Amino acid sequence: MATSLSRAALIGLTFLLLLVFLVAPLALVFIRAFGDGPDLPITALQEPDALAAIRLTLLVAAIAVPLNLVFGLAASWAIAKFRFPGRSLLVTLIDLPLSVSPVVSGLVYVLVFGAQGLFGPWLGAHGIKIVFAVPGIVLASVFVTLPFVARELIPLMEAQGRLEEEAALTLGATGWQTFRRVTLPNVRWGLLYGVLLCNARAMGEFGAVSVVSGHIRGLTNTMPLHIEVLYNEYNLPAAFTMAALLALLALVTLAAKSLLEWHLGDEPSTSSR
Amino acid sequence: MKIEIAGLVCRYGSTPAVSGVDLTIADGEFVALLGPSGSGKTTLLRAMAGLEIPEAGRLAFDGADALALPPNRRGVGFVFQHYALFKHMTVADNIAFGLAIRPRAQRPDKAAIAAKVDELLELVQLPGLAKRYPQQLSGGQRQRVALARALAIEPKLLLLDEPFGALDTQVRTELRLWLKDLHRRLGVTSVFVTHDQEEAMELADRIVVMRAGRIEQMGTPGEVYAAPASPFVYGFLGQADQIGCDVVDGTARVGSLVLGEGLDLPDGPATAWFRPHQIDMAPQGPALDGELIDLTMLGARVKGTIAYQGKLITVELSEKSNLAVGPCRWAPREVRVYPV
Repeated sequence: MATSLSRAALIGLTFLLLLVFLVAPLALVFIRAFGDGPDLPITALQEPDALAAIRLTLLVAAIAVPLNLVFGLAASWAIAKFRFPGRSLLVTLIDLPLSVSPVVSGLVYVLVFGAQGLFGPWLGAHGIKIVFAVPGIVLASVFVTLPFVARELIPLMEAQGRLEEEAALTLGATGWQTFRRVTLPNVRWGLLYGVLLCNARAMGEFGAVSVVSGHIRGLTNTMPLHIEVLYNEYNLPAAFTMAALLALLALVTLAAKSLLEWHLGDEPSTSSR
Repeated sequence: MKIEIAGLVCRYGSTPAVSGVDLTIADGEFVALLGPSGSGKTTLLRAMAGLEIPEAGRLAFDGADALALPPNRRGVGFVFQHYALFKHMTVADNIAFGLAIRPRAQRPDKAAIAAKVDELLELVQLPGLAKRYPQQLSGGQRQRVALARALAIEPKLLLLDEPFGALDTQVRTELRLWLKDLHRRLGVTSVFVTHDQEEAMELADRIVVMRAGRIEQMGTPGEVYAAPASPFVYGFLGQADQIGCDVVDGTARVGSLVLGEGLDLPDGPATAWFRPHQIDMAPQGPALDGELIDLTMLGARVKGTIAYQGKLITVELSEKSNLAVGPCRWAPREVRVYPV
């Protein structure tokens, strides 16, 4: 009796905390955005600067996610399946973007590519603009989202070991066939999860991008940066509209993941995950 | 396929795993690599498959250098201890894998592959399981699928790494007999690794006993069991007892009891080895004095323990023959004497 009561109390407390700290704020964003009817948010979204910010955010994600997908797969494969000198250094380096403050990550790019930076004069002489332009934003986003795929895959690949790949090799498979038909299918759920996290971060990154972007409206403002600009201008309806859209993108990726897992869930090979 | 291995050396970092192995395997032979863990037997097997790269030595298949070939071009079937089946594929897809990945020109058509899969499932006695996933099979079934998968590419050499190591005793015994029969029917040159001497004895045409990266002895099961080349092999091939003795002029004695004659050993102390069933209790003539401290019925046999000069000697007798705990006289027979 007492245990079932405390069970109920603990579960209730968990839900209450989730409600207060997670669901309520998220719901408030949507309520603030759409509370006064759909007209205000629709006009806010049709504003050219808002559209430019959305386009830029999608562009950054479209570049950063595939790059980190390839890098994450390659790095985790090398780290999980082989022993080589410098291996633990590589593991540490992959974690670096997570341990360094995003602002510092952004500053590093300014120091390297900025006008007074390491390559600044050379870049300037050749008319290439990286910092305070789209390439800088892409670079910063790639750097910040670098760990997500690799971190998701390394433990998974380590747990799976090399046996299945060795079996494929003895059966005559080439390296590519082994990767395509054995390695990749074995990690596909982890990979999908890593890609979703990577995508969410690429779209939502604020700190590093803020440093390298230069906040040029309509040109170098991503959605999070644009939200800040709107908020600082006390344009709250527009700010919350953008925020709701950004939150929606995250919710859609999460829903997509759940849907995929549920849809393919009766396949026995996925039951372990 | 004839396999020739000469002076093979494999290392993990600075630890040697195989330190100079010479071995020739005849076409169609069934060879067991027997040894404790760390003896290098699995490394040797993996080197044959190309999964380990030897530091030195020669490996030839039918006279042609095999070390130059990567593992995917050696045409060797490999069966892993933990099956290593592809978890995300059905049994049929697992078995078909080696055929389905061939370049288009060498690949059999879909119908031919399906027929081959059916034929192999029949061979490993698992018809009707084609659509299952590995997780839905028992250990014994998985290992048979793994074997079918290895056989699908029609290997000229079949390598099995502790194939029954992960299975329980009953399934193991059953699969052993089945594998022996399969080898007889297919006649493919096969090498398997085991640390179970009984398994090696039962299956192999020839046993290669390994120790610390080297071959300690090789021969037919009968030869190796009857005449172990060293105390290590003697101890590894089954339960063994040992007592100290003295060799004078080629005769080993303990007191007045003669243990062996005409031995090619130098004078001095030596060790006499014998099996628990090679002991006579209360023999006529000279014997050793000990104390029988324990008797246990093991079905038809009786297992006893004799305390002799601070050592415990295990003895196995076929019937109880009025034995009782207490002081006893005993004598080993068919003893093998090794220098200390």
